[in-house]
Amino acid sequence: MGYILEMCNITKTFPGVKALDNVNFKVASGEIHALVGENGAGKSTLMNVLSGVYPHGTYRGKIIFENKECVFRNIKDSENTGIAIIHQELALEPYMTIGENIFLCNERSKMGFINWNETHRMAAELLERVGLKENTHSLIKDISVGKQQLVEIAKALAKKAKLLILDEPTAVLNETESENLLNLMLQLKKDGITLILISHKLNEVLKVADSITILRDGATIETMKKDDTVTEDRIIKGMVGRQLVNRYPKRTPKIGEVCFEVRNWNVDDPLVEGRRIIKNVNLKLHKGEIVGLAGLMGSGRTELAMSIFGKSYGKNISGQIFKDGKEIKIQNVRQAIDNGLAYVTEDRKTAGLVLIQDIKNNIGHANLTRLVKRWIIDENKEINVAEEFQKKLNIKASSVFQKTGELSGGNQQKVVLSKWIFTEPDILILDEPTRGIDVGAKYEIYCIINQLADEGKSILVISSEMPEILGICDRIYIMNEGRIVGEQYRDEASQESIMKCIMQSNRGEYGGDGKSKNVQ
Amino acid sequence: METVKVRMSNKTTYITGSVKTVLKNNIRQYAMLIALFTAMFVFQIATEGVFLKPMNVTNLILQNSYVLILAIGMTLCILTGGNIDLSVGSVCAFIGGLLGTLIINMKVGVWPAILIALLAGVVIGMWQGFWIAYVRIPAFIVTLSGMLIFRGLTNTLLEGLTLAPFPKSFGMLSSGYIPDFFNGKNINITALLVGIIASAIYVFLEIQKRSERKKYGMYTIPLPLFIAQLVFVVAAINVFFFYLAIYKGIPIILAIIAVLLIGYSILTMKTVPGRYIYAMGGNEKAAKLSGINTNKVLFLTYVNMSVLAAIAGIVFTARSDAASPVAGVNFELDAIAACFVGGASAYGGVGTVIGAVIGALFMGVLNNGMFILGVGSDWQMTIKGLVLLTAVAFDVVSKNRAKA
Repeated sequence: MGYILEMCNITKTFPGVKALDNVNFKVASGEIHALVGENGAGKSTLMNVLSGVYPHGTYRGKIIFENKECVFRNIKDSENTGIAIIHQELALEPYMTIGENIFLCNERSKMGFINWNETHRMAAELLERVGLKENTHSLIKDISVGKQQLVEIAKALAKKAKLLILDEPTAVLNETESENLLNLMLQLKKDGITLILISHKLNEVLKVADSITILRDGATIETMKKDDTVTEDRIIKGMVGRQLVNRYPKRTPKIGEVCFEVRNWNVDDPLVEGRRIIKNVNLKLHKGEIVGLAGLMGSGRTELAMSIFGKSYGKNISGQIFKDGKEIKIQNVRQAIDNGLAYVTEDRKTAGLVLIQDIKNNIGHANLTRLVKRWIIDENKEINVAEEFQKKLNIKASSVFQKTGELSGGNQQKVVLSKWIFTEPDILILDEPTRGIDVGAKYEIYCIINQLADEGKSILVISSEMPEILGICDRIYIMNEGRIVGEQYRDEASQESIMKCIMQSNRGEYGGDGKSKNVQ
Repeated sequence: METVKVRMSNKTTYITGSVKTVLKNNIRQYAMLIALFTAMFVFQIATEGVFLKPMNVTNLILQNSYVLILAIGMTLCILTGGNIDLSVGSVCAFIGGLLGTLIINMKVGVWPAILIALLAGVVIGMWQGFWIAYVRIPAFIVTLSGMLIFRGLTNTLLEGLTLAPFPKSFGMLSSGYIPDFFNGKNINITALLVGIIASAIYVFLEIQKRSERKKYGMYTIPLPLFIAQLVFVVAAINVFFFYLAIYKGIPIILAIIAVLLIGYSILTMKTVPGRYIYAMGGNEKAAKLSGINTNKVLFLTYVNMSVLAAIAGIVFTARSDAASPVAGVNFELDAIAACFVGGASAYGGVGTVIGAVIGALFMGVLNNGMFILGVGSDWQMTIKGLVLLTAVAFDVVSKNRAKA
């Protein structure tokens, strides 16, 4: 069997980070090829290179599709060649009908006039092919996510796609919908379409895939044919098996009593009525302890953190928060800060910094009243504070007057950390503190985290990089689908044990009451 | 900051660099001021000296006083995130109508009436601020509705008629001058003195700022250029006050504007609420997560805008000595244009009060100069429109170039 797609020696770098390093990826025609790897392993980057999101010239390497070398300048180019990608976040127009969406940018028209009868007739045919019983005149916003997914596939088929890429297609689907989707994939394979499946759900991968390629740290680890010897454990080992050589600074934890506790925390989706995002979460942080919150993307970690931090996310929030044994009420961010909480966002560019302002302004933002002398901001004090942080956290910048938008990711993160340390918090929630940061700067950030813990602060680290969680945390909560599904201490935790915990909860192997049997 | 980046890389060229490179590197900072003075110079020649006659200089300030006041408030609105207030013209008219009804029809005293007008400004601001900040209806729509509502209410209040005249004491607000405490003959010594004091304060502040910047290792313009700047600005200030002095002295309105300008400059640059406004406009999400109550910031900004619109309404009514249902038409557009010409960003987070005032003066100079030259109002509008576009395009293009 020949290859429909060959990606040879693909290397893609972002400022400071090598996202893909000489990746080779070959897909045989007519197969379902699964692409697996941890968050940040480079799966999405690879697919973005393939689909033209990163145009030719911004990466090194060759893409060969149907034996022809391809030069994609944009998504349109790759679509015209026959490659269609369905992203995790669906790209449909909510206020247009199914029919309009399927033929968006691909209109059935004659001399500039759209033939609506033809559009809806063909749309109905495509819907039948993907097994969706729905009127083509229904609006997208009125149908379920599972059905929207099918519309996306129909849309790809309308463009005569030969290679269909599905990025985490079942992440938002329920059991039956997932089942249907997997069957549809097998059906499409029979029709001669080649599929690439990106998924964290290894049971699904094993069910449909013919070949499996594992990516790790931006490199291809291996490609295997699926046969009986391939098991979930085997794949997990490939996904996580890396050597840890002193990437994490040593620290002897001095753990005190419980400082912060969340009980029976429930949060609903602010946009979808009745959809519960956080389900009955309980967690405890001790003084001087670094606690990890592990889980896959979409498991609800950020939502949990933000809902605790002054109800910055979600609605119908219920539950109790205790600090030093006393219940506290937190209604907004100001109160959260005043109660000694700090939240370092996962997205420093859009939610952590005012990029058009300089370092000193940004550091002051969360605690300006500390800089005020008789109504006026004491600029000398502000500069002194900022310079102190610049020295202490080793922020590399020409001066504290440099705009934060000009700094590298690691230095931006240090500015955000400075901002929160300046509020003198007792509890720090760090959401993906080292995302998009190079190895050297990561080490420095870990040192800062350790030092904060040694000062007696409680720290909750959310991270999708499991080695990082294992490297710096004393205790780890494992979260999946809005629940805490496990809790492990440092010495008993491993990447395999965490992955297993998540996979088990995916299969519904936790107690039906929302509590895992792993929870002590 | 783009400028600093450029400068850092050009550090060596600086020392040996020619005047041309120095000018090139500093052009953005001074572009608006240079444009203002160039326009004044051109008009001075074109009008054969009429433009800078003492009487006309005073007129220029009085004519544009309300736009200057509105532009100050509008800057704050724009800073919060590119929000504008389209209702200010109608609010000016409404306040005029209110004053007319109170003072002329109901014989209320001037000062109580002014107080009521200011309170009305607060209430109007709270009304619009509520919808904008707490219900989160786009400011554009809320104030467009306000533009209609308050124009309508003005007509209701005045029954479509113009009320005039106001008592003399009210008119003094806009036509009055600060009396000369030294009884100078032919020349107002107070005005001269204020000019000298103002330039002394300016020199002091600039030298202080320069030494601070040096202390922190920040970029400072070369010394000769710095001295040239000081000499130029001091000369401009003193010439300006000299002109005021040989006419009638310092108009009361100028004093009001000066107080507002200084007050709001301090508010925006040096206080916590000011920081909140810039932080919100720069990145509302980050501001919120830093504990800034962005709803409150937005609300208060719009309350403030309406109060300033009330002040502008009072000044305008006093100046025209009548309450007219068609007063204040297009004021909002003049104020918005002034802010953008003065360097405010349409996305928020960038801009200064002083910039908006310079922008307003620039537009005022164009108006006045073209009027003296006898350019028709049709062409005046076209030219003003082109100036607005050019100023913003200059900003956008130079920013893009700095990025590339």
